[in-house]
Amino acid sequence: MTQIDPEQIKVILATDCGSTTTKAILIEYVDGEYRQTQRGEAPTTVERPFADVTMGVVNSVTEIGELAGRRLVNDDGRIISPATDTEGCDIYISTSSAGGGLQMMVAGVIAEMTAASAKRAALGAGSIVMDVIAANDGRRPHDQIQRIRDLRPDMILISGGTDGGTTDKVVQIAELVAPAKPQPRFGSDYEMPIIYAGNKEAREAISNVFDEGGFDLQIVDNLRPVLERENLSPARDKIHDIFLEHVMAQAPGYDKLMSWTGAPIMPTPGAVGDILQTVARLQGINVVGVDIGGATTDVFSVFNETFNRTVSANLGMSYSISNVCAEATMANVLRWVPFDMDERELRNHVKNKMIRPTTIPQTKEALMFEQAVAREALRLAYKQHKEFATTLKGVQQQRTVGDTFSQQTGGMTIVDNMNLDLLVASGGVLSHAPRMHQTAMLLIDSFEPEGVTALAKDSIFMMPHLGVLASVHPKAAEQVFDRDCLVYLGTCVCGKGTPKPGKTCFKYQLSGDCNESGEIAGGDLKLIEMGMDDRATISITPARGIDLGAGPGKKVEREVRGGTVGLILDGRGRPLALPEERAACQKTVQGWLDALDVYAEEKEPAAV
Amino acid sequence: MNGADTLMAKAYTPGLLVTQHKKHRSVRRLPIAGEVKVVIGDLVTANDVVAETALPGDVNPINLSNQLSLPPKDVIGCMLKKEGDPIAKDEPIAQTKGIFGMMKNTIKSRFEGTVETVSPVTGQVIIRGAPLPVQVRAYMGGTVVSVREHEGCEIEADVAYVQGIFGVGGETHGKIVLACDSHDQELTPDRITDDMKNRVIIGGARMTVAAIKRAQSIGAAAIISGGLDDQDLKELLGYDLGVAITGRENLGITVIVTEGFGEIAMADRTFKILQDHAGDETSVNGATQIRAGVMRPEIIIPLASLPADQAEHKFKEGQLEVGRTLRVIRDPWFGMIGEVSGLPTEPHVLGSGSKARVLEVKFPSGETAIVPRANVELIEE
Repeated sequence: MTQIDPEQIKVILATDCGSTTTKAILIEYVDGEYRQTQRGEAPTTVERPFADVTMGVVNSVTEIGELAGRRLVNDDGRIISPATDTEGCDIYISTSSAGGGLQMMVAGVIAEMTAASAKRAALGAGSIVMDVIAANDGRRPHDQIQRIRDLRPDMILISGGTDGGTTDKVVQIAELVAPAKPQPRFGSDYEMPIIYAGNKEAREAISNVFDEGGFDLQIVDNLRPVLERENLSPARDKIHDIFLEHVMAQAPGYDKLMSWTGAPIMPTPGAVGDILQTVARLQGINVVGVDIGGATTDVFSVFNETFNRTVSANLGMSYSISNVCAEATMANVLRWVPFDMDERELRNHVKNKMIRPTTIPQTKEALMFEQAVAREALRLAYKQHKEFATTLKGVQQQRTVGDTFSQQTGGMTIVDNMNLDLLVASGGVLSHAPRMHQTAMLLIDSFEPEGVTALAKDSIFMMPHLGVLASVHPKAAEQVFDRDCLVYLGTCVCGKGTPKPGKTCFKYQLSGDCNESGEIAGGDLKLIEMGMDDRATISITPARGIDLGAGPGKKVEREVRGGTVGLILDGRGRPLALPEERAACQKTVQGWLDALDVYAEEKEPAAV
Repeated sequence: MNGADTLMAKAYTPGLLVTQHKKHRSVRRLPIAGEVKVVIGDLVTANDVVAETALPGDVNPINLSNQLSLPPKDVIGCMLKKEGDPIAKDEPIAQTKGIFGMMKNTIKSRFEGTVETVSPVTGQVIIRGAPLPVQVRAYMGGTVVSVREHEGCEIEADVAYVQGIFGVGGETHGKIVLACDSHDQELTPDRITDDMKNRVIIGGARMTVAAIKRAQSIGAAAIISGGLDDQDLKELLGYDLGVAITGRENLGITVIVTEGFGEIAMADRTFKILQDHAGDETSVNGATQIRAGVMRPEIIIPLASLPADQAEHKFKEGQLEVGRTLRVIRDPWFGMIGEVSGLPTEPHVLGSGSKARVLEVKFPSGETAIVPRANVELIEE
């Protein structure tokens, strides 16, 4: 991999090799700035009969080349680099989640402390965490061993103990892993990689436990050297190294692909996390991103530069749709549907979607039901994220007399909707909703942003490409992220608190590209049209008990931006409450949908 | 033709395979290396063992440091068994030295097996249980056509083959018996009789949970029908199935749904194939996995003789063409079978407001409909 001067990079080619589709984008330096200019896609070719990931890459890149009028692949089927005026690219980069992505098992001594830190490291590196083993996880040792035997992870991360603390507990965990002899998912001939990132005093004992063979033990700095601090980077970097050296090397064609790229191939979710962190840092904002897929939902957050990622393994819109309905309950799903549906039929309908996951809603009613399920999947995924993204647990708290009535045991969530500046949506049900109003409404109903929050969606799922680009050229990544990747839907304004129905929730005054004033009643929603380039200053005076960021009843002034939907003034309060009685709930929800024109009437093509 | 053309030409609309004849290969593989008991050319029946091995025994830890109230490093000095020694359940494994040889504390092993390790760091002893024998059976009658040393073999046979859409329960086999007279008849408990023990019961439309439970109680090997209510599945399993990864349920019976959930009749052609083979030995597997590496339940009927009519297939596998038979797999025409009557190239705005590529389908009634291509399934022959 040759080092390239970022200043010399003018043509960038990036691919994301997903489980089913390989998506390529071309980024070019045009008129003094980096812009995404072309995109192409082709089926991923990791599985038989092709069994060579580079075929899908070449096909998607060839499509781009044809669209751009630029030859990107030579006669030998290789990507041309460096670029000339008419052909090739200066750098080619890629991410991958083909073959199920990176799958790990993590272990630590205390579930809420070192094991949680290990999980954070694995998730942050872009892994799916198959299970977390901890001394206090409530399972008996032989059940833990059986679980380790049953799993086939790509690698295992073991942590435990602060540096200089006791060693026996973490060695005990290692003693459960070693005799279980877990088998790697791919390739019977490679040794199971074990990353040890625990108490440094226990390294020798850990080495002794794994010296019998069958393991490739790698030791890195303790990820929790003291209770008050995490040090996740060494473990994350080692996960990336092993991902490239072992896991990717087992997947067909990746050795060739790795020789083509100008930066290490990253797991797709890891790259998404990187671009969100880069943007949050460069713009000084707090960001939440969500990617809802067929099987899982990933939530990423950056609050005050602290990054967290969670994967809700069985919350998704096709393979896992049945699980969403089971976890959320059908009653909670149906509260978002403003008409009656037969529950028996619905249950069958959900299962039919699960067993035939590629089908799409043909009727408006089917779409509304599917989006109701999506609201619940997103709500549950965000709830899990908030529970996981906490301050460190186990840290002694300094208290004052003022804390007497608000004692916290540590581990408070750092997710603060009031300070959330940008909420980014991606994933089929959000990105491909027929109307962007639906995407906006889904985000607001499930994430319940407070104060003033910009809403956006990833236009063509470009965040993974930009994440890996951020590692070689952060400026180019940020420019493309802002100009081409994000489609701004608009801004949501909502107060925290319970407004009185029909009474003033807040008064507002807009000045700038949009000049308007008025008031929003409790329970109401209002959409004000503001175009993509429109900006305005909003001055908001909330009613007593309603907080828009400055405290209950206190006036705030903020900049707002428009978008494909506009400015949404939400008087429903937070937390969002729906009437319990079914008929009243249907009427209320229908009112909200109408206010935002969420489901505009379309001509029904139906039977011909 | 470049690579992209090659791939695009293979654009695939998934369909379930239902055929009167195919050459089918079944891969039989051990979970870990072991002994393959057959050679190429052997004729096997479904119940024959083709490979076997022994999995390492269960691992059971005993924390002797805690139990003896001793520092971990002192445990080794109290061991009555050393690493590699066999030990029986309730046999003493360690004993403290006591005070002047008195008041000794003896710990008995709660497990049978072999002492694998004694840790001086944690005072933990690992007892490895006896190896667990694993046998792989042929599952399908046929001829062994390949053998991978220490791994397994492949069995080949001419079969009639039906892919279901969803199932629970694993591999089993038995003779086919029909419980319904037609493909659209509901399978109720009164249609199941005691002489259906060890049989593969074929229904028609929806099967009720009472029918499945009746089949279970008489000891039927499997029960197959067109549809099933999700509520009934929940009652059968005892939990709400969240993700479609099945095959390891311990129900004592394999259940296969050929069309989907709800009131839905078995495809007529599927029913006729199964009807034609009433009394024949068949192998079935309910294992379903919808995520990566899709696996659908299967019904395999080895053929004693090849069907007379070996007509050339009119259509290429997986390709949408006018005249092909398909099933609509989403509302509002869920479950209906028809023929492709048009393939418009331009995307169409659906009632949901989405734009999608569609096709025109003609139903047996003569009615036609526009349906998203994503919402149909080819019926493969």
